[in-house]
Amino acid sequence: MRALRRFGAEAIALILATVFFLVPFALMLLTAVKDPAQALDLDFAWPANWRLVENFTEVIEARDYVLLRAYVNSTVLTVVSVALIVVFAAMAAFVLQRRPGKVGSLANFLVLSGLIIPPAIVPTIWLLQAFGLFKTMPGLILVEVAFGLSYAVLLFRAFIAAIPRELDEAAMIDGCTGPALFFRVIFPLLRPVTITVILTSSVAIFNDFVNPLYFLPGDDNATVQVTLYNFQSQYNTQWNLLFMDIVLITIPPLLLFVFFNRKIVAGMTAGAIKG
Amino acid sequence: MTKQQAGLRSGPGPAPEGRPARAERRRQYAAYPYALYLPATVVYLVIFAVPTVMAFYFALTRWTLFDSTFVGLQNFRDFLAEQNLRIGFQNTIFYAVVTSGLKVVLGLLLGVLLTSKLRLRGFLRSVVFFPVLVSTVAVGITFSVLLKPDTGLVNRALALVGIDGGDWLGDATTALLSVALVDVWKGVGLATVIYIAGILSIPRDYYQAVAVDGGNAWHRFRHVTLPLSWPATYSVIILSFIGGLRSFDLIWTMTRGGPGFTSDTIASIIYKQYQAGFFGLSTAGNVLLFLVVSAIIVPLTWFLGKRQVAV
Repeated sequence: MRALRRFGAEAIALILATVFFLVPFALMLLTAVKDPAQALDLDFAWPANWRLVENFTEVIEARDYVLLRAYVNSTVLTVVSVALIVVFAAMAAFVLQRRPGKVGSLANFLVLSGLIIPPAIVPTIWLLQAFGLFKTMPGLILVEVAFGLSYAVLLFRAFIAAIPRELDEAAMIDGCTGPALFFRVIFPLLRPVTITVILTSSVAIFNDFVNPLYFLPGDDNATVQVTLYNFQSQYNTQWNLLFMDIVLITIPPLLLFVFFNRKIVAGMTAGAIKG
Repeated sequence: MTKQQAGLRSGPGPAPEGRPARAERRRQYAAYPYALYLPATVVYLVIFAVPTVMAFYFALTRWTLFDSTFVGLQNFRDFLAEQNLRIGFQNTIFYAVVTSGLKVVLGLLLGVLLTSKLRLRGFLRSVVFFPVLVSTVAVGITFSVLLKPDTGLVNRALALVGIDGGDWLGDATTALLSVALVDVWKGVGLATVIYIAGILSIPRDYYQAVAVDGGNAWHRFRHVTLPLSWPATYSVIILSFIGGLRSFDLIWTMTRGGPGFTSDTIASIIYKQYQAGFFGLSTAGNVLLFLVVSAIIVPLTWFLGKRQVAV
Protein backbone atom coordinates (compact mmCIF):
# COMPACT_ATOMS: atom_id res chain seq x y z
CA MET A 1 0.00 0.00 0.00
CA ARG A 2 2.76 2.38 0.97
CA ALA A 3 4.76 1.47 -2.10
CA LEU A 4 1.70 2.09 -4.22
CA ARG A 5 1.11 5.50 -2.69
CA ARG A 6 4.74 6.36 -3.16
CA PHE A 7 4.53 5.31 -6.76
CA GLY A 8 1.43 7.45 -7.22
CA ALA A 9 3.09 10.53 -5.74
CA GLU A 10 6.13 10.01 -7.92
CA ALA A 11 4.01 9.65 -11.01
CA ILE A 12 2.14 12.86 -10.24
CA ALA A 13 5.36 14.80 -9.60
CA LEU A 14 6.80 13.44 -12.81
CA ILE A 15 3.77 14.32 -14.91
CA LEU A 16 3.46 17.80 -13.40
CA ALA A 17 7.11 18.64 -13.93
CA THR A 18 7.11 17.25 -17.45
CA VAL A 19 3.99 19.14 -18.45
CA PHE A 20 5.19 22.31 -16.83
CA PHE A 21 8.64 22.30 -18.37
CA LEU A 22 8.15 20.47 -21.66
CA VAL A 23 4.85 21.86 -22.97
CA PRO A 24 6.47 25.01 -24.39
CA PHE A 25 8.98 22.84 -26.24
CA ALA A 26 6.18 20.69 -27.60
CA LEU A 27 4.52 23.81 -28.96
CA MET A 28 7.77 24.89 -30.62
CA LEU A 29 8.38 21.54 -32.29
CA LEU A 30 4.80 20.92 -33.40
CA THR A 31 4.28 24.38 -34.84
CA ALA A 32 7.64 24.28 -36.59
CA VAL A 33 6.58 21.36 -38.80
CA LYS A 34 2.99 22.40 -39.55
CA ASP A 35 1.71 24.05 -42.70
CA PRO A 36 1.02 27.81 -42.45
CA ALA A 37 -2.76 27.42 -42.11
CA GLN A 38 -2.62 24.91 -39.29
CA ALA A 39 0.22 26.75 -37.56
CA LEU A 40 -2.14 29.70 -37.10
CA ASP A 41 -4.08 27.64 -34.54
CA LEU A 42 -1.02 27.59 -32.27
CA ASP A 43 -2.33 24.48 -30.58
CA PHE A 44 -1.05 21.01 -29.80
CA ALA A 45 -2.86 19.18 -32.57
CA TRP A 46 -0.77 16.68 -34.48
CA PRO A 47 0.51 18.20 -37.75
CA ALA A 48 -1.85 17.36 -40.63
CA ASN A 49 0.83 17.92 -43.24
CA TRP A 50 4.42 17.45 -42.26
CA ARG A 51 6.35 20.35 -43.71
CA LEU A 52 9.66 19.80 -41.99
CA VAL A 53 11.83 20.20 -45.09
CA GLU A 54 9.76 22.97 -46.69
CA ASN A 55 9.67 25.07 -43.54
CA PHE A 56 13.35 24.49 -43.03
CA THR A 57 14.36 25.63 -46.50
CA GLU A 58 11.92 28.53 -46.41
CA VAL A 59 13.38 29.85 -43.16
CA ILE A 60 16.91 29.46 -44.45
CA GLU A 61 16.12 31.27 -47.69
CA ALA A 62 14.12 34.02 -46.01
CA ARG A 63 15.34 37.54 -46.55
CA ASP A 64 18.24 36.49 -48.72
CA TYR A 65 19.69 33.85 -46.40
CA VAL A 66 19.86 36.17 -43.42
CA LEU A 67 19.69 33.23 -41.03
CA LEU A 68 22.74 31.55 -42.53
CA ARG A 69 24.72 34.75 -42.28
CA ALA A 70 23.50 35.18 -38.73
CA TYR A 71 24.69 31.66 -37.93
CA VAL A 72 28.14 32.46 -39.31
CA ASN A 73 28.24 35.71 -37.33
CA SER A 74 27.15 34.04 -34.11
CA THR A 75 29.69 31.28 -34.58
CA VAL A 76 32.54 33.71 -35.18
CA LEU A 77 31.44 35.83 -32.23
CA THR A 78 31.16 32.85 -29.89
CA VAL A 79 34.37 31.08 -30.91
CA VAL A 80 36.64 34.12 -30.87
CA SER A 81 35.18 35.61 -27.68
CA VAL A 82 35.37 32.32 -25.80
CA ALA A 83 38.96 31.69 -26.95
CA LEU A 84 40.02 35.12 -25.72
CA ILE A 85 38.11 34.75 -22.46
CA VAL A 86 39.79 31.41 -21.74
CA VAL A 87 43.34 32.62 -22.36
CA PHE A 88 42.99 36.04 -20.72
CA ALA A 89 41.05 34.81 -17.70
CA ALA A 90 43.32 31.82 -17.06
CA MET A 91 46.45 33.99 -17.15
CA ALA A 92 44.93 36.56 -14.82
CA ALA A 93 43.53 33.94 -12.45
CA PHE A 94 46.95 32.27 -12.21
CA VAL A 95 48.73 35.41 -11.02
CA LEU A 96 45.73 36.38 -8.91
CA GLN A 97 45.74 33.08 -7.03
CA ARG A 98 49.51 32.72 -6.70
CA ARG A 99 50.55 36.25 -5.85
CA PRO A 100 48.56 37.91 -3.09
CA GLY A 101 49.13 41.52 -2.20
CA LYS A 102 47.77 44.94 -2.94
CA VAL A 103 47.54 44.35 -6.67
CA GLY A 104 45.81 41.05 -6.01
CA SER A 105 43.23 42.66 -3.73
CA LEU A 106 42.53 45.30 -6.34
CA ALA A 107 42.12 42.62 -9.01
CA ASN A 108 39.76 40.69 -6.73
CA PHE A 109 37.69 43.81 -6.24
CA LEU A 110 37.52 44.39 -9.99
CA VAL A 111 36.43 40.79 -10.60
CA LEU A 112 33.56 41.14 -8.13
CA SER A 113 32.60 44.52 -9.59
CA GLY A 114 32.49 42.94 -13.02
CA LEU A 115 29.99 40.39 -11.75
CA ILE A 116 27.67 42.93 -10.15
CA ILE A 117 27.85 46.25 -12.01
CA PRO A 118 25.51 46.69 -14.97
CA PRO A 119 27.57 47.90 -17.94
CA ALA A 120 27.15 51.56 -18.89
CA ILE A 121 25.79 51.22 -22.39
CA VAL A 122 26.03 54.58 -24.12
CA PRO A 123 29.50 55.48 -22.79
CA THR A 124 30.69 52.10 -24.08
CA ILE A 125 29.24 52.89 -27.50
CA TRP A 126 30.91 56.29 -27.40
CA LEU A 127 34.27 54.72 -26.58
CA LEU A 128 33.94 52.04 -29.24
CA GLN A 129 33.08 54.73 -31.76
CA ALA A 130 36.20 56.64 -30.81
CA PHE A 131 38.22 53.53 -31.66
CA GLY A 132 36.21 52.93 -34.84
CA LEU A 133 34.92 49.65 -33.39
CA PHE A 134 31.23 50.47 -32.97
CA LYS A 135 29.00 48.34 -35.22
CA THR A 136 31.88 46.01 -35.98
CA MET A 137 32.38 42.38 -35.06
CA PRO A 138 35.74 43.00 -33.30
CA GLY A 139 34.02 45.64 -31.16
CA LEU A 140 31.28 43.26 -30.10
CA ILE A 141 33.86 40.54 -29.41
CA LEU A 142 35.76 42.88 -27.10
CA VAL A 143 32.52 43.73 -25.31
CA GLU A 144 31.65 40.07 -24.77
CA VAL A 145 35.18 39.38 -23.52
CA ALA A 146 35.13 42.31 -21.11
CA PHE A 147 31.74 41.32 -19.67
CA GLY A 148 32.55 37.60 -19.56
CA LEU A 149 35.99 37.75 -17.97
CA SER A 150 34.96 38.05 -14.32
CA TYR A 151 33.02 34.82 -14.11
CA ALA A 152 35.74 32.89 -15.94
CA VAL A 153 38.43 34.28 -13.61
CA LEU A 154 36.41 33.06 -10.60
CA LEU A 155 36.18 29.53 -11.99
CA PHE A 156 39.86 29.41 -12.98
CA ARG A 157 41.05 30.83 -9.66
CA ALA A 158 39.15 28.22 -7.67
CA PHE A 159 40.66 25.45 -9.78
CA ILE A 160 44.21 26.82 -9.65
CA ALA A 161 43.98 26.98 -5.85
CA ALA A 162 43.92 23.17 -5.87
CA ILE A 163 47.11 22.84 -7.95
CA PRO A 164 50.00 22.39 -5.49
CA ARG A 165 52.72 25.02 -5.56
CA GLU A 166 55.37 22.29 -5.50
CA LEU A 167 54.65 21.96 -9.17
CA ASP A 168 55.61 25.59 -9.78
CA GLU A 169 58.74 25.08 -7.67
CA ALA A 170 59.75 22.00 -9.62
CA ALA A 171 59.25 23.78 -12.91
CA MET A 172 61.25 26.75 -11.66
CA ILE A 173 64.18 24.51 -10.72
CA ASP A 174 64.15 23.37 -14.31
CA GLY A 175 64.37 27.01 -15.34
CA CYS A 176 60.76 27.38 -16.36
CA THR A 177 59.28 30.58 -15.00
CA GLY A 178 56.88 33.40 -15.80
CA PRO A 179 54.79 32.99 -18.95
CA ALA A 180 56.59 29.75 -19.81
CA LEU A 181 55.64 28.32 -16.42
CA PHE A 182 52.03 29.24 -17.06
CA PHE A 183 51.69 28.08 -20.64
CA ARG A 184 53.78 24.92 -20.45
CA VAL A 185 53.01 23.65 -16.95
CA ILE A 186 49.86 25.19 -15.53
CA PHE A 187 47.61 25.79 -18.51
CA PRO A 188 47.59 22.14 -19.69
CA LEU A 189 46.50 21.14 -16.18
CA LEU A 190 43.48 23.44 -16.38
CA ARG A 191 41.77 21.29 -19.00
CA PRO A 192 38.74 20.27 -16.93
CA VAL A 193 37.88 23.80 -15.83
CA THR A 194 38.72 25.14 -19.28
CA ILE A 195 36.05 22.88 -20.75
CA THR A 196 33.60 24.17 -18.15
CA VAL A 197 34.44 27.80 -18.94
CA ILE A 198 34.13 27.12 -22.67
CA LEU A 199 30.69 25.57 -22.22
CA THR A 200 29.17 28.17 -19.91
CA SER A 201 30.59 31.13 -21.84
CA SER A 202 29.57 29.70 -25.22
CA VAL A 203 25.98 29.27 -24.11
CA ALA A 204 25.92 32.76 -22.60
CA ILE A 205 27.42 34.47 -25.66
CA PHE A 206 25.48 32.47 -28.26
CA ASN A 207 22.24 33.29 -26.44
CA ASP A 208 23.17 36.90 -25.78
CA PHE A 209 20.61 39.32 -27.13
CA VAL A 210 21.29 42.62 -25.35
CA ASN A 211 24.89 43.25 -26.40
CA PRO A 212 24.43 42.50 -30.13
CA LEU A 213 21.30 44.67 -30.03
CA TYR A 214 23.27 47.64 -28.71
CA PHE A 215 26.72 47.18 -30.19
CA LEU A 216 26.13 45.48 -33.54
CA PRO A 217 22.84 46.77 -34.93
CA GLY A 218 21.94 46.32 -38.58
CA ASP A 219 21.06 43.36 -40.72
CA ASP A 220 24.44 42.70 -42.29
CA ASN A 221 26.11 41.24 -39.26
CA ALA A 222 23.16 40.43 -37.05
CA THR A 223 23.54 37.46 -34.72
CA VAL A 224 20.96 34.67 -34.54
CA GLN A 225 19.21 36.12 -31.49
CA VAL A 226 18.74 39.53 -33.11
CA THR A 227 17.57 37.84 -36.31
CA LEU A 228 15.02 35.87 -34.34
CA TYR A 229 13.85 39.06 -32.68
CA ASN A 230 13.41 40.73 -36.08
CA PHE A 231 11.62 37.65 -37.44
CA GLN A 232 9.09 38.04 -34.65
CA SER A 233 7.68 41.24 -36.08
CA GLN A 234 8.00 40.09 -39.67
CA TYR A 235 6.50 36.64 -39.35
CA ASN A 236 3.74 37.09 -36.85
CA THR A 237 1.35 35.46 -39.27
CA GLN A 238 3.70 32.67 -40.33
CA TRP A 239 4.11 30.95 -37.03
CA ASN A 240 5.50 27.79 -38.61
CA LEU A 241 8.51 29.71 -39.91
CA LEU A 242 9.01 31.65 -36.70
CA PHE A 243 9.00 28.48 -34.64
CA MET A 244 11.23 26.68 -37.14
CA ASP A 245 13.69 29.52 -36.57
CA ILE A 246 13.38 29.07 -32.80
CA VAL A 247 14.01 25.34 -33.14
CA LEU A 248 17.09 25.91 -35.30
CA ILE A 249 18.47 28.39 -32.79
CA THR A 250 17.81 26.06 -29.86
CA ILE A 251 19.70 23.17 -31.44
CA PRO A 252 23.30 24.26 -30.58
CA PRO A 253 22.64 24.63 -26.83
CA LEU A 254 20.61 21.42 -26.94
CA LEU A 255 23.56 19.52 -28.41
CA LEU A 256 25.92 20.93 -25.77
CA PHE A 257 23.39 19.98 -23.12
CA VAL A 258 23.07 16.41 -24.37
CA PHE A 259 26.82 15.82 -24.44
CA PHE A 260 28.05 17.95 -21.53
CA ASN A 261 25.11 18.17 -19.15
CA ARG A 262 27.19 17.39 -16.06
CA LYS A 263 30.02 19.75 -16.99
CA ILE A 264 27.65 22.65 -17.58
CA VAL A 265 25.79 22.09 -14.32
CA ALA A 266 29.07 21.72 -12.43
CA GLY A 267 30.38 24.98 -13.89
CA MET A 268 27.28 26.95 -13.11
CA THR A 269 26.93 25.68 -9.55
CA ALA A 270 30.66 25.89 -8.70
CA GLY A 271 30.79 29.52 -9.73
CA ALA A 272 27.64 30.26 -7.79
CA ILE A 273 28.58 28.60 -4.53
CA LYS A 274 32.05 30.10 -4.42
CA GLY A 275 31.15 33.48 -5.86
CA MET B 1 63.05 25.24 -1.93
CA THR B 2 61.95 22.18 -0.05
CA LYS B 3 60.39 24.03 2.85
CA GLN B 4 57.28 24.81 0.87
CA GLN B 5 54.11 23.82 2.66
CA ALA B 6 52.95 20.37 1.60
CA GLY B 7 49.58 19.56 0.13
CA LEU B 8 46.98 21.89 -1.26
CA ARG B 9 47.30 25.58 -0.78
CA SER B 10 43.98 27.20 -1.14
CA GLY B 11 43.73 30.91 -1.51
CA PRO B 12 46.17 33.60 -0.60
CA GLY B 13 47.78 33.38 2.77
CA PRO B 14 51.01 34.29 4.51
CA ALA B 15 54.08 33.07 2.69
CA PRO B 16 55.76 30.02 4.22
CA GLU B 17 58.18 30.88 6.98
CA GLY B 18 61.90 30.51 6.96
CA ARG B 19 62.66 32.41 3.80
CA PRO B 20 63.95 35.95 3.53
CA ALA B 21 61.07 38.17 2.48
CA ARG B 22 63.02 39.89 -0.25
CA ALA B 23 64.10 36.68 -1.95
CA GLU B 24 60.53 35.48 -1.78
CA ARG B 25 59.36 38.64 -3.40
CA ARG B 26 61.93 38.46 -6.19
CA ARG B 27 61.02 34.84 -6.81
CA GLN B 28 57.33 35.72 -7.03
CA TYR B 29 58.15 38.58 -9.32
CA ALA B 30 59.80 36.24 -11.78
CA ALA B 31 57.40 33.33 -11.51
CA TYR B 32 54.11 35.19 -11.40
CA PRO B 33 54.70 38.37 -13.40
CA TYR B 34 52.00 41.00 -13.43
CA ALA B 35 52.39 41.02 -17.22
CA LEU B 36 50.01 38.05 -17.30
CA TYR B 37 47.31 40.39 -16.03
CA LEU B 38 47.86 42.67 -18.97
CA PRO B 39 45.47 41.45 -21.73
CA ALA B 40 42.57 40.88 -19.34
CA THR B 41 43.16 44.21 -17.60
CA VAL B 42 43.35 46.20 -20.83
CA VAL B 43 40.09 44.81 -22.19
CA TYR B 44 38.34 45.08 -18.84
CA LEU B 45 39.46 48.64 -18.15
CA VAL B 46 38.87 50.04 -21.62
CA ILE B 47 35.57 48.36 -22.44
CA PHE B 48 34.04 48.05 -18.98
CA ALA B 49 35.64 50.16 -16.24
CA VAL B 50 36.29 53.39 -18.14
CA PRO B 51 32.71 53.63 -19.54
CA THR B 52 31.34 52.89 -16.07
CA VAL B 53 33.28 55.84 -14.64
CA MET B 54 32.57 58.10 -17.62
CA ALA B 55 28.86 57.40 -17.16
CA PHE B 56 28.91 59.48 -14.01
CA TYR B 57 29.95 62.51 -16.03
CA PHE B 58 27.78 61.97 -19.11
CA ALA B 59 24.75 61.38 -16.91
CA LEU B 60 25.01 65.07 -16.06
CA THR B 61 24.96 66.26 -19.65
CA ARG B 62 22.75 66.62 -22.66
CA TRP B 63 24.67 64.44 -25.04
CA THR B 64 24.68 63.67 -28.76
CA LEU B 65 27.74 61.38 -28.73
CA PHE B 66 29.66 64.18 -30.51
CA ASP B 67 29.26 66.99 -28.06
CA SER B 68 27.80 67.29 -24.62
CA THR B 69 26.38 70.22 -22.68
CA PHE B 70 26.57 70.12 -18.92
CA VAL B 71 23.09 70.29 -17.42
CA GLY B 72 23.76 69.27 -13.83
CA LEU B 73 21.22 66.98 -12.23
CA GLN B 74 18.51 67.73 -14.79
CA ASN B 75 18.49 64.16 -16.17
CA PHE B 76 18.04 62.67 -12.74
CA ARG B 77 15.28 65.14 -11.99
CA ASP B 78 13.54 64.04 -15.19
CA PHE B 79 13.93 60.45 -14.20
CA LEU B 80 12.37 60.94 -10.81
CA ALA B 81 9.70 63.42 -11.86
CA GLU B 82 8.20 61.75 -14.92
CA GLN B 83 5.72 59.06 -14.09
CA ASN B 84 6.76 57.01 -17.13
CA LEU B 85 10.33 56.91 -15.93
CA ARG B 86 9.69 56.61 -12.21
CA ILE B 87 7.57 53.52 -12.69
CA GLY B 88 10.74 51.78 -13.83
CA PHE B 89 12.06 51.81 -10.27
CA GLN B 90 9.03 50.16 -8.72
CA ASN B 91 8.90 47.63 -11.51
CA THR B 92 12.59 46.79 -11.29
CA ILE B 93 12.39 46.16 -7.54
CA PHE B 94 9.11 44.26 -7.87
CA TYR B 95 10.52 42.09 -10.65
CA ALA B 96 13.72 41.30 -8.74
CA VAL B 97 11.88 40.49 -5.50
CA VAL B 98 9.25 38.27 -7.16
CA THR B 99 11.72 36.34 -9.32
CA SER B 100 14.31 35.75 -6.63
CA GLY B 101 11.66 34.90 -4.00
CA LEU B 102 10.01 32.32 -6.22
CA LYS B 103 13.33 30.93 -7.38
CA VAL B 104 14.37 30.34 -3.76
CA VAL B 105 11.11 28.64 -2.78
CA LEU B 106 10.62 26.56 -5.94
CA GLY B 107 14.33 25.85 -6.30
CA LEU B 108 14.49 24.51 -2.75
CA LEU B 109 11.37 22.36 -3.22
CA LEU B 110 12.61 20.95 -6.52
CA GLY B 111 16.06 20.50 -5.03
CA VAL B 112 14.65 18.41 -2.16
CA LEU B 113 12.44 16.46 -4.57
CA LEU B 114 15.29 15.74 -6.96
CA THR B 115 17.69 14.56 -4.26
CA SER B 116 15.13 12.11 -2.87
CA LYS B 117 14.98 8.48 -3.90
CA LEU B 118 12.98 9.22 -6.99
CA ARG B 119 13.10 7.06 -10.06
CA LEU B 120 13.75 9.10 -13.19
CA ARG B 121 15.55 11.62 -11.01
CA GLY B 122 18.19 12.20 -13.67
CA PHE B 123 15.57 12.75 -16.35
CA LEU B 124 13.70 15.25 -14.20
CA ARG B 125 16.88 17.16 -13.39
CA SER B 126 17.56 17.52 -17.11
CA VAL B 127 14.00 18.62 -17.81
CA VAL B 128 14.10 21.27 -15.10
CA PHE B 129 17.53 22.55 -16.09
CA PHE B 130 17.23 22.69 -19.87
CA PRO B 131 15.27 25.99 -20.09
CA VAL B 132 18.31 27.72 -18.53
CA LEU B 133 20.21 27.07 -21.75
CA VAL B 134 17.50 28.14 -24.18
CA SER B 135 17.78 31.64 -25.57
CA THR B 136 15.71 34.23 -23.75
CA VAL B 137 14.29 35.58 -27.00
CA ALA B 138 13.00 32.12 -27.94
CA VAL B 139 11.45 31.66 -24.50
CA GLY B 140 9.88 35.11 -24.68
CA ILE B 141 8.28 34.48 -28.07
CA THR B 142 7.01 31.04 -27.11
CA PHE B 143 5.40 32.27 -23.93
CA SER B 144 3.86 35.27 -25.66
CA VAL B 145 2.03 32.68 -27.76
CA LEU B 146 1.08 30.54 -24.78
CA LEU B 147 -0.28 33.59 -22.95
CA LYS B 148 -2.39 34.94 -25.81
CA PRO B 149 -5.83 35.99 -24.57
CA ASP B 150 -8.13 33.81 -26.71
CA THR B 151 -6.09 31.09 -28.33
CA GLY B 152 -3.30 30.76 -25.77
CA LEU B 153 -2.85 27.45 -24.04
CA VAL B 154 -2.80 29.00 -20.57
CA ASN B 155 -6.26 30.48 -20.90
CA ARG B 156 -7.64 27.35 -22.56
CA ALA B 157 -6.32 25.27 -19.68
CA LEU B 158 -7.82 27.70 -17.19
CA ALA B 159 -11.14 27.58 -19.05
CA LEU B 160 -11.24 23.82 -18.44
CA VAL B 161 -11.41 24.43 -14.71
CA GLY B 162 -13.84 27.30 -15.17
CA ILE B 163 -11.50 30.26 -14.72
CA ASP B 164 -11.68 33.07 -17.22
CA GLY B 165 -8.09 34.12 -17.81
CA GLY B 166 -7.47 37.62 -19.03
CA ASP B 167 -5.07 39.13 -21.50
CA TRP B 168 -1.98 38.41 -19.45
CA LEU B 169 0.52 40.54 -21.34
CA GLY B 170 -1.94 43.18 -22.56
CA ASP B 171 -3.32 44.07 -19.15
CA ALA B 172 -1.37 46.60 -17.13
CA THR B 173 -2.01 44.79 -13.86
CA THR B 174 -0.71 41.39 -14.95
CA ALA B 175 1.90 42.15 -17.65
CA LEU B 176 4.95 42.52 -15.44
CA LEU B 177 3.93 39.66 -13.15
CA SER B 178 3.46 37.37 -16.16
CA VAL B 179 6.93 38.21 -17.47
CA ALA B 180 8.36 37.61 -13.98
CA LEU B 181 6.72 34.18 -13.85
CA VAL B 182 8.20 33.27 -17.23
CA ASP B 183 11.58 34.40 -15.90
CA VAL B 184 11.07 32.00 -12.98
CA TRP B 185 10.16 29.20 -15.40
CA LYS B 186 13.39 29.78 -17.31
CA GLY B 187 15.65 30.36 -14.32
CA VAL B 188 14.40 27.98 -11.64
CA GLY B 189 16.54 25.20 -13.11
CA LEU B 190 19.71 27.03 -12.13
CA ALA B 191 18.39 27.58 -8.60
CA THR B 192 17.48 23.90 -8.45
CA VAL B 193 20.92 22.62 -9.44
CA ILE B 194 22.54 25.02 -6.97
CA TYR B 195 20.26 23.61 -4.23
CA ILE B 196 20.99 20.05 -5.35
CA ALA B 197 24.73 20.71 -5.01
CA GLY B 198 24.12 22.30 -1.60
CA ILE B 199 21.90 19.50 -0.30
CA LEU B 200 24.25 16.76 -1.53
CA SER B 201 27.11 18.35 0.40
CA ILE B 202 25.24 17.99 3.71
CA PRO B 203 26.85 15.08 5.63
CA ARG B 204 24.54 12.05 5.87
CA ASP B 205 25.23 11.79 9.63
CA TYR B 206 22.80 14.59 10.38
CA TYR B 207 19.96 12.74 8.71
CA GLN B 208 20.86 9.59 10.61
CA ALA B 209 20.82 11.59 13.83
CA VAL B 210 17.29 12.77 13.07
CA ALA B 211 16.27 9.20 12.30
CA VAL B 212 17.71 8.00 15.63
CA ASP B 213 15.68 10.67 17.42
CA GLY B 214 12.58 9.41 15.63
CA GLY B 215 12.14 12.41 13.38
CA ASN B 216 10.09 12.25 10.21
CA ALA B 217 10.55 13.75 6.78
CA TRP B 218 9.39 17.17 7.97
CA HIS B 219 11.96 17.20 10.78
CA ARG B 220 14.67 16.21 8.35
CA PHE B 221 13.73 19.13 6.14
CA ARG B 222 13.14 21.67 8.87
CA HIS B 223 16.15 20.96 11.06
CA VAL B 224 18.77 19.67 8.64
CA THR B 225 18.14 20.47 4.99
CA LEU B 226 16.79 23.98 5.43
CA PRO B 227 19.47 25.39 7.75
CA LEU B 228 22.38 23.55 6.14
CA SER B 229 21.52 24.52 2.58
CA TRP B 230 21.95 28.15 3.58
CA PRO B 231 25.01 28.72 1.33
CA ALA B 232 22.88 27.63 -1.63
CA THR B 233 20.08 30.00 -0.61
CA TYR B 234 22.62 32.79 -0.36
CA SER B 235 23.91 32.12 -3.89
CA VAL B 236 20.43 31.84 -5.35
CA ILE B 237 19.26 35.09 -3.76
CA ILE B 238 22.33 37.07 -4.85
CA LEU B 239 22.39 35.63 -8.37
CA SER B 240 18.72 36.08 -9.08
CA PHE B 241 18.65 39.54 -7.52
CA ILE B 242 21.50 40.71 -9.74
CA GLY B 243 19.82 39.10 -12.74
CA GLY B 244 16.39 40.46 -11.84
CA LEU B 245 17.53 44.04 -11.34
CA ARG B 246 19.34 44.05 -14.68
CA SER B 247 16.82 42.04 -16.67
CA PHE B 248 15.97 43.42 -20.05
CA ASP B 249 15.72 40.82 -22.81
CA LEU B 250 12.71 38.87 -21.57
CA ILE B 251 10.71 42.01 -20.84
CA TRP B 252 11.69 43.48 -24.18
CA THR B 253 10.68 40.42 -26.21
CA MET B 254 7.40 39.88 -24.36
CA THR B 255 5.93 43.32 -23.71
CA ARG B 256 8.47 46.00 -24.76
CA GLY B 257 7.59 47.71 -21.53
CA GLY B 258 3.94 47.85 -22.49
CA PRO B 259 1.05 48.27 -22.34
CA GLY B 260 2.05 51.92 -22.24
CA PHE B 261 4.93 52.11 -19.80
CA THR B 262 3.43 49.83 -17.20
CA SER B 263 5.96 47.02 -17.42
CA ASP B 264 9.06 49.13 -18.06
CA THR B 265 12.09 48.43 -15.92
CA ILE B 266 15.14 50.65 -15.59
CA ALA B 267 16.97 48.52 -18.17
CA SER B 268 14.19 48.85 -20.75
CA ILE B 269 13.95 52.61 -20.14
CA ILE B 270 17.69 52.87 -20.77
CA TYR B 271 17.13 51.22 -24.14
CA LYS B 272 14.12 53.34 -25.03
CA GLN B 273 15.92 56.59 -24.20
CA TYR B 274 18.92 55.39 -26.17
CA GLN B 275 16.75 54.65 -29.20
CA ALA B 276 15.10 58.04 -28.90
CA GLY B 277 18.52 59.69 -28.94
CA PHE B 278 18.45 60.95 -25.34
CA PHE B 279 21.92 59.65 -24.59
CA GLY B 280 22.40 61.72 -21.45
CA LEU B 281 19.09 60.57 -20.04
CA SER B 282 19.85 56.98 -20.97
CA THR B 283 23.20 57.19 -19.20
CA ALA B 284 21.53 58.73 -16.16
CA GLY B 285 19.32 55.62 -16.14
CA ASN B 286 22.46 53.53 -16.22
CA VAL B 287 23.92 55.39 -13.26
CA LEU B 288 20.66 54.99 -11.37
CA LEU B 289 20.64 51.27 -12.14
CA PHE B 290 24.23 51.09 -10.90
CA LEU B 291 23.22 52.84 -7.67
CA VAL B 292 20.15 50.65 -7.17
CA VAL B 293 22.15 47.46 -7.76
CA SER B 294 24.95 48.54 -5.41
CA ALA B 295 22.52 49.82 -2.78
CA ILE B 296 20.79 46.44 -2.72
CA ILE B 297 23.49 43.89 -3.49
CA VAL B 298 26.26 45.21 -1.24
CA PRO B 299 24.21 45.26 1.99
CA LEU B 300 22.53 42.00 0.95
CA THR B 301 25.90 40.30 0.47
CA TRP B 302 27.10 41.65 3.77
CA PHE B 303 23.94 40.66 5.63
CA LEU B 304 23.61 37.20 4.11
CA GLY B 305 27.35 36.61 4.42
CA LYS B 306 27.16 37.33 8.14
CA ARG B 307 24.36 34.83 8.59
CA GLN B 308 26.37 32.30 6.66
CA VAL B 309 29.13 32.49 9.24
CA ALA B 310 26.66 32.38 12.13
CA VAL B 311 24.90 29.19 11.01
